[in-house]
Amino acid sequence: MRSAILVAVMAGVTILLRFLPFWVFKKKTPAFISYLGRVLPPAIMGMLVVYCLKDTPVLEAPHGLPELIASLIVIGLQLWKHNSLLSILSGTCAYMLMVQTVF
Amino acid sequence: MKDMRRMNGKLIGMAFYRSLPVMAGYLVLGIGFGILMRSAGYGVLWAFAMSAFIYAGSMQYVGAGLLAGGASVILTALTTLMVNARHLFYSISMIDRYKDAGKVKPYLIFALTDETYSLLCDGKVPEGEDADRYRFLVSLFDHCYWVTGSVAGSLLGSVLPFSTLGIEFAMTALFLVSFTEQWIGNGDHIPAVTGAAASLFCLLVFGAERFLIPSMLLITLVLTLVRGREADAE
Repeated sequence: MRSAILVAVMAGVTILLRFLPFWVFKKKTPAFISYLGRVLPPAIMGMLVVYCLKDTPVLEAPHGLPELIASLIVIGLQLWKHNSLLSILSGTCAYMLMVQTVF
Repeated sequence: MKDMRRMNGKLIGMAFYRSLPVMAGYLVLGIGFGILMRSAGYGVLWAFAMSAFIYAGSMQYVGAGLLAGGASVILTALTTLMVNARHLFYSISMIDRYKDAGKVKPYLIFALTDETYSLLCDGKVPEGEDADRYRFLVSLFDHCYWVTGSVAGSLLGSVLPFSTLGIEFAMTALFLVSFTEQWIGNGDHIPAVTGAAASLFCLLVFGAERFLIPSMLLITLVLTLVRGREADAE
């Protein structure tokens, strides 16, 4: 029962966070918020990339080399082919191969 | 009528294709969550309920720990607030885009995860297709992958026949792809650089466990200052 309440709290707070901006700016979106809406997506993607790589051990061997190589593969392929699925699959397979066999 | 159905089929196909990158990541992370819940003593119904109704990956991983540790309601609420504060950002940047989404709007808002956001935040929609229906389908597919993964993980446990070590890089790759596309699509690289640099700075200053909220504040601050400068220049 206690666990069910906790799950409900987690769900409720998460829903609140997701809906709050839509309620607050219901009538007319202020220019500043529209501006944030335009510039935030690229900034947040940058943040999420850093978040994903936050536990990379840069100071110990292999010094984040698998992460670096796999990231370059993803970015390079994306710039070249513009095929998200191809970039992600190639980068992930390369990474798995590296951490399971090479490093 | 026939045309309508065909168009729907095509739209479903396009949304499905768009969601494929998330499928791999969500199935794997979902399975991981199911296994984690199982080892914390919570069975398949719990894994299902959390994935269906909370639907926020990292929070659910943290949540499994809260449940197992018998956390208080206050601690649970505060932790959720901290871990998921970034969703405020996603919603803010989707306000205009989701404005006239109609019946599917509540679901679109509910289902706005990091990954779905990364698929939809560039605003691109297949030409001549209904934007809201397309976004709804992409969101729904992602949600299904997440729930399916969680249930599978809870039921199958750790009997996977091959090593999945390193497969979590799929998420990193997904965000890298989205970052790259945003970089190409925008003439102005200041937001992208700000996001990466401010986060890196905060990571070094505050450490891996506590840098997300400072990062978001710093990003907002810098972008606000940059905007002020632009306004002055006009």
